[in-house]
Amino acid sequence: MESLDPVVLARIQFAANITFHILFPTISIGLGWFLLFFKIRFVATQQSHWMDAYQFWIKIFALTFALGVVSGITMSFQFGTNWPGFMNTVGNVAGPLLAYEVLTAFFLEATMLGIMLFGRGRVSERVHTLATFLVAAGTTASAFWILALNSWMHTPAGYAMINGKAHVISWMAVIFNPSFPYRLTHMLMASGLTVAFLLAGISAYRWLKNDKARDVVATLRTAMFVAAILTPLQIIVGDLHGLNTLKYEPEKIAAMEGIWDTQAGAPAVLIAIPDAASQSNHYELAIPKLASFYLTHDWHGEIKGIKAFGEQHPPVAPVFFAFRIMVGVGLLMLAVSWFVAWQIHARKDITALSAKILVVMTFAGWIALVSGWYVTEVGRQPWLVYGVLTTAQAASAVSAKNIATTLLLYFLLYVALLISYISVMFHLAKKAIYKNDLAEQLPQGVQHV
Amino acid sequence: MSEFGVNLFTPAGWLPLVFALVMALSILAYVILDGYDLGVGILLQKADDLSQKNTMIASISPFWDANETWLVLGIGILLVAFPLAHGVILGALYLPVALMLIALTLRGVAFDFRVKAKTQHQLLWDQVFYAGSLLASWSQGFMLGQFITGFREELNSYLFSALIGFCLIAGYRLLGAGWLIMKTEGPLQYKAVKWAQRSLWLTAAGVLAISAATPWVSSRIFDKWFSFPNVLMLLPIPAMTLVLFGVMARSLARLPIRLAQDNQYGTAVPFACTVGVFLLSFYGLAYSIFPWLVIDRITIWQAASAPEALLVIFYGVVVVLPIIIGYTIFAYRVFWGKATKLSY
Ligand code: HDD
Ligand code: HEM
Ligand code: HEM
Repeated sequence: MESLDPVVLARIQFAANITFHILFPTISIGLGWFLLFFKIRFVATQQSHWMDAYQFWIKIFALTFALGVVSGITMSFQFGTNWPGFMNTVGNVAGPLLAYEVLTAFFLEATMLGIMLFGRGRVSERVHTLATFLVAAGTTASAFWILALNSWMHTPAGYAMINGKAHVISWMAVIFNPSFPYRLTHMLMASGLTVAFLLAGISAYRWLKNDKARDVVATLRTAMFVAAILTPLQIIVGDLHGLNTLKYEPEKIAAMEGIWDTQAGAPAVLIAIPDAASQSNHYELAIPKLASFYLTHDWHGEIKGIKAFGEQHPPVAPVFFAFRIMVGVGLLMLAVSWFVAWQIHARKDITALSAKILVVMTFAGWIALVSGWYVTEVGRQPWLVYGVLTTAQAASAVSAKNIATTLLLYFLLYVALLISYISVMFHLAKKAIYKNDLAEQLPQGVQHV
Repeated sequence: MSEFGVNLFTPAGWLPLVFALVMALSILAYVILDGYDLGVGILLQKADDLSQKNTMIASISPFWDANETWLVLGIGILLVAFPLAHGVILGALYLPVALMLIALTLRGVAFDFRVKAKTQHQLLWDQVFYAGSLLASWSQGFMLGQFITGFREELNSYLFSALIGFCLIAGYRLLGAGWLIMKTEGPLQYKAVKWAQRSLWLTAAGVLAISAATPWVSSRIFDKWFSFPNVLMLLPIPAMTLVLFGVMARSLARLPIRLAQDNQYGTAVPFACTVGVFLLSFYGLAYSIFPWLVIDRITIWQAASAPEALLVIFYGVVVVLPIIIGYTIFAYRVFWGKATKLSY
């Protein structure tokens, strides 16, 4: 055990925990707003299928929320134990941001959740809708604060270093740091897309099993129209996000694009295997000059290569591949959502093939999301706070043995929970199918429960 | 506070004090609020049947999530206001903290899985819920023991901490039973009285063990308690604790008769008395330890962040905390009275 590097272990442990954590908030944030939409549609139209949709998805929301909370509590402990150097150096910035997240977001969403889940019938319909809104707003506020902090770690602003510690000069500049607007928008839309494909996937699953109840169809339609609108917007925001990164973290862009040598008219590398030892790509397939065009909006613009940064650059291969996975899923989402939305619009129905594709893509959002985070976070290495603090400097003195033991336990726990989560979701879908089958067999005029 | 070289009229003097207070209060709120949740979880397997289990869980479902948030606030303040102590404390407690987190995770997800999973898996999730509650309680008690003994890496201190772990299980069990006496009816309520009676003595033993051990950890704490006139001023704390235990024992002895007559008078007494005991013990402990965060090593002033950062959080706390307390009370009022079947 002694040969294991505690810094490496601490990083693996933190990455495992936050990767597990982020899966659930992402769904909570988007699903909260979808539930509010279902609820408002029901109140406005009094059509019962909106309530059916609400009641089906609120179960999944409750489950997701619980997983988000418990994994988040782990995060709040691990932040200090694994990265003590972080708080010592930039605590004056990070502390208040984290504190405001707890004060303005966590309590609100956790308290209102009780009323949202169990309060119908105990409070008026209006107060219940308000509680639903406050839960959705709470999750979004939480994203606001934590992304302000995370963006600040990439593009620090509004501070001065005094005796090796960051001191805030302007809170506005800290919160609205240069990459924050892009990161917040991109993340919130990622959340919307993840949920849209989740809704569509589970609904398509029920549709394929011959459960064509009105709420199933309505959910699927809503999800696909939202996805058809959000995906192109997400691609545009992603592009703007990349331009912002080119300005502030050019070595990350070089790694994302797989460009080793500084050049004018840089090619867009579609596929390749970047090799750190030889500092070049193998099996490269590239479109000449395209990267310069979309990064500088000039066919002959100059792009800095990785070699220009000496030793101070992130590992290329993980960033390169993760970026391609995210963009690949994004383009796939575009194709699928437009095609299905067109089908629904033109034929008033979907085909079995598109339903099957949607089922396969149920968790596509998660794949793009996690890849996106890996691009961002690994691409910032060796820095923890860009230009201020390196990851190695912030690591803790906890023994490698302790970290390794707990890492193994967490890992087993997370795998078990993830399997349970996904299988319970499909189990709930099957239960709903069964209920609708029963209702159909009942004689006319009898309402199902 | 001149002995610590601190001027309370400067921000660097009073801000750490305020944050120590807020941190202590949120940990206290956590211990009492999640304490009854964990207690109900510990009692779960003693229920007669599924319907009793469902009622027990229904009595805590709307609250547990918000209750746990007090832990996030407490630890959050430790992290952002006293970063130096955070590293030392959580570094020393690395393994018990990990144990607690895993246990809390299992407990938290079991709430939801038990009603949604396949029927044949439901019993398994109930067991997970029970085991998670038990393990989380024990590890919290263990951490308390470690904290009191100043994180000494000695066998005695580990044994003592393990013992406190069991006492805290009893304390939470008492809280949970008191909660159920308040929130349920019929046979379950009757059973809860029996559960409370059995938890009472171990809880008392725990309080006694902590009170007896603390002064011996540090001569400074010893002097604080046993010097004149302090000892006279402090006498009411143990005296009141004793009275509360007495009132509780009496009330628990009478309740079965009243419940048999369908009389709900006094069903809140055991819970209220237990809360009182927790408050007093907490106060006694805080008095002993203050102003140390790590006994005889780090004071709240030594560990505090820069006053400017604390001030920014201070404004937030002053504005937001009353609002949080306001809507928490609202949520408790919505679910006031006996627990009913809950579903969504
Ligand atoms: C508030 C800060 C913060 C936030 C919101 C995030 N991260 Fe992060 N991340 C860090 C703060 C951080 C860090 C403390 O800065 C780490 C730890 C070690 C490191 O290299 O950076 C880090 C590392 C890190 C790594 C390992 C990189 C490496 O060691 O090479 C991964 C994979 C992620 N993060 C993933 C995520 C995901 C999926 C997030 C989505 C929620 C996320 N991060 C949000
Ligand atoms: C290092 C980073 C992070 C830490 C320390 C952290 C901490 C926490 C904690 C303690 C909770 C539980 C709160 C409760 O009791 O209700 C939580 C939940 C949550 N977190 Fe995180 N978090 C981190 C990253 C993120 C990111 C990047 C996002 C969003 C973009 C996010 C969004 C949320 C949301 C929405 C919840 C509410 C629970 C849910 O919706 O499932 N968190 N987080
Ligand atoms: C298809 C076009 C897309 C482009 C051009 C794009 C672009 C980018 C870029 C450049 C980054 C890195 C930001 C940095 O420099 O730190 C990023 C990060 C990220 N992407 Fe994408 N993206 C696309 C699609 C998606 C999709 C479909 C999702 C999820 C459903 C997604 C989720 C994320 C997330 C979660 C991050 C990390 C958070 C952040 O930095 O904003 N992206 N994206």
